[in-house]
Amino acid sequence: MAAHLSSGRVNLTALREAGRRELRQFLDKCAGSKAIVWDEYLTGPFGLIAQYSLLKEHEVEKMVTLKPGRLPQADVKNVIFFVRPKLELMDIITDNVLREDRGRSPQRDFHILFVPRRSLLCEQWLKEQGVLGSFIHREQYSLDLIPVDGDLLSMESESAFKECYLESDQTSLYHAAKGLMTLQALYGTIPQIFGKGECARHVANMMIRMKREFPGSQNSIFPVFDTLLLLDRNVDLLTPLATQLTYEGLIDEIYGIQNTSEDFFDNLTVEQEFMSGIDTDKANNYIEDCIAQKHPLIKILRLVCLQSVCNSGLKQKVLDHYKREILQTYGYEHILTLNNLEKAGLLKLQTSGRNNYPTIRKTLRLWMDDVNEQNPNDISYVYSGYAPLSVRLAQLLARPGWRSIEEVLKMLPGPHFEERQQLPTGLQKKRQHGENRVTLVFFLGGVTYAEIAALRFLSQMEDGGTEYVIATTKLINGTSWIKSLMEKLEPAPF
Amino acid sequence: MSRARADEEEYWHSSKFRAFTFDDEDDELSQLKESKRAVNSLRDIVDDDDDDDDLERVSWSGEPVGRRNRLPSFQSLSNALSDTGVKNYAPELRRPKAEYKDYSSDWSPKDTVKRMQRGKVLIFLKRTLRREILFRELEVRQVALCHLIHFLKETGEQKLLLDLLRFLDRTEEVALSQYREHLNIQDVEKRREFLKGCIGLPFSAEDTSHIQDHYTLLERQIIIEANDRHLETAGQSEIFRKYPRKASILNMPLVTTLFYSCFYHYTEAEGTFSSPTNLKKTFKIPDKQYVLTALAARAKLRAWDDVDALLTTKNWLGYTKKKAPIGFHRVVEILQRNNAPVQVLQEYVRLVEDVETRLNLATKYKCHDVVIETYRDLKDRIQLTAYKCKVERGSAEEQNINSILNNTQIRWKN
Repeated sequence: MAAHLSSGRVNLTALREAGRRELRQFLDKCAGSKAIVWDEYLTGPFGLIAQYSLLKEHEVEKMVTLKPGRLPQADVKNVIFFVRPKLELMDIITDNVLREDRGRSPQRDFHILFVPRRSLLCEQWLKEQGVLGSFIHREQYSLDLIPVDGDLLSMESESAFKECYLESDQTSLYHAAKGLMTLQALYGTIPQIFGKGECARHVANMMIRMKREFPGSQNSIFPVFDTLLLLDRNVDLLTPLATQLTYEGLIDEIYGIQNTSEDFFDNLTVEQEFMSGIDTDKANNYIEDCIAQKHPLIKILRLVCLQSVCNSGLKQKVLDHYKREILQTYGYEHILTLNNLEKAGLLKLQTSGRNNYPTIRKTLRLWMDDVNEQNPNDISYVYSGYAPLSVRLAQLLARPGWRSIEEVLKMLPGPHFEERQQLPTGLQKKRQHGENRVTLVFFLGGVTYAEIAALRFLSQMEDGGTEYVIATTKLINGTSWIKSLMEKLEPAPF
Repeated sequence: MSRARADEEEYWHSSKFRAFTFDDEDDELSQLKESKRAVNSLRDIVDDDDDDDDLERVSWSGEPVGRRNRLPSFQSLSNALSDTGVKNYAPELRRPKAEYKDYSSDWSPKDTVKRMQRGKVLIFLKRTLRREILFRELEVRQVALCHLIHFLKETGEQKLLLDLLRFLDRTEEVALSQYREHLNIQDVEKRREFLKGCIGLPFSAEDTSHIQDHYTLLERQIIIEANDRHLETAGQSEIFRKYPRKASILNMPLVTTLFYSCFYHYTEAEGTFSSPTNLKKTFKIPDKQYVLTALAARAKLRAWDDVDALLTTKNWLGYTKKKAPIGFHRVVEILQRNNAPVQVLQEYVRLVEDVETRLNLATKYKCHDVVIETYRDLKDRIQLTAYKCKVERGSAEEQNINSILNNTQIRWKN
């Protein structure tokens, strides 16, 4: 079962095992038969850690979803709530507990497992409702980085990008840092940290501070990772917007979409034109046609954002034109979404008066005309000729290093930096001849399947020199990503 | 009430971090004592930190103040505070969450600021004089500021949020934040009123015009809806009898409203609120959009003459010409989707500029005359001959093909 997790260069089974161990310990604490009441949001991430069979082994007999009202009857000794520390959920729990029939026999014991953190506030809230005392065990289960595949870790945090870039809320960054500390406890201190972006800087700072605050955590594990590369999503806004052309990426994109193959190719053509710098400075006919035919708004938003990013922002006239057409066709309330996209840097005015994108594209060789999809020799195959900027940065970091692209790095948002962490003597890594370095690339704000494919491609290149393990706040595609930035609107009343 | 207070007191005294407590019921002197105690206890916590070099002790005069003239002692407080690098009367704001040394549970921004509420700092906020002090301090504490804004949004403390944003000169955010509230208003009249109120808000220039349009549109929709519902129930209007409305027009986007208007009110004069031309004028709808929408509506009603009129322009000599601001292939698409008869379709297929597209469409939709004409113009004998099998034997089209093929004057290319 764990085969896929141990298939990579780094055996991530240990991480999952640690997660399972913690879960088992908690379940055993609540001795006897149990029912689990799930916060629906958590079932996905938990499913990556443990199957029902594991839960059954620890006497979990029933599982239900958290909702208001009376809890189902189940004849179990314990009822355990698995929830995120959110006040709305505390209200539901309170309702459940208050409706519990105290006359029933045998009485059921209540427990709470907060994921990923306990919250004094939530507990205070429960106390005020008069139910805090009903819980025997109140603990936290730190589910930060979950192994999804042998070389892939995810925090499954859908709102991370929005929180970081729109709301300046660094909670998810904090959890990222915590996850990295857990990783280092299992796999050794990572000696080198590189980063690009504001969020990357924050995470690195937090890691360093956390290390200082827990001096006892200096462990004697031989470091598995040579390098950590922290990347802000907004360093490369382009990649998630483009339609992915790897098998997995395509499935991820297409599933649920109803466009015809003709339309798909038209869409793709426009995307590729933008990415190669063609006509990014004027209103695009295809986009206007799609608006006129009232294609799904997300499709429109992806395309206009793609154009904006490839043009370093749109000229006032073009931006106003698109905005007007969108608002007139889909409704004025979408002004709020457009505002979010602007804040995130996806759809904005060209302020500097010049378009940096062609320079970035040329210097980093993002657009390869002669791509061979059958026998690719460059990562650009994942978008049929376009190399993801983020992966190019990782590639260049390994060889020849970022010093060679200082100028271009300055054109991308956020600081870039390097930190070194002290390893206890004797643990300095001595690499064998021909042995590859291992780099952990952490995408703060989401990563696409195409980027994963590109990094895997680099890993298995002969004489590549580096193998990659990928971490992210969430696996995203252009649609899910834009959706997370859209303002939640009430449906129009009829 | 007192039990709750006791609980809260217990909570605060048991927690390591203290906030200002301002108990309204207590008299000023003990209130000040409490604050003094709070601040002094902060000093202890502050001392625990070897990291914070930039902390200063706050001296506290402790003079009694009357209810009305708080100014003296708060002046000294604010003076003291404005000198220090780190503001230490609201410890939750003191440093970013990640820098806390020891905490058994980690606070999300929501937690952080809700704790402030528990500590009645929110009451502090609500008293204007002190609020400004807090706002000023927050201005330089970016992280705490974000926390507070997030909290105010979550708990719906709209007025406080707007005051804060105004203070920070983030006026556009104020405007948008206010505008967002309209989504919570279900009653359409109230929503209209609310939108009217939004117009004067400090939006950017472009956004202002959109908000204005939103209001105007809803206003119109309310009128149209009322009239049309009346027409429907009266049962006198043919169009409403034949095509009963499936939904109300309220809160629909502009283009949808235009389509509706082109469907139900096409022939009305510009003076009425429900006429398409009125909508076009009021909202400055570009020609392209207008023609497209009107076309779709008339095609749905199978009103081919209207379609024709839409696409015909008269030049100054009085000659008419067919023109489509959207490309005739699009026109054909729309007509075909609405099952236009071949004779109608053919007219417009003929006008498609690109030859290949024209042939594709003509063949696809069996516009034989157009196919025949085009192959003739291309002088493509092979294709024309091949096309014979696509037409009915003995039909006029077959005869046409034959006569063209027999035309000795044509210089065939193959």
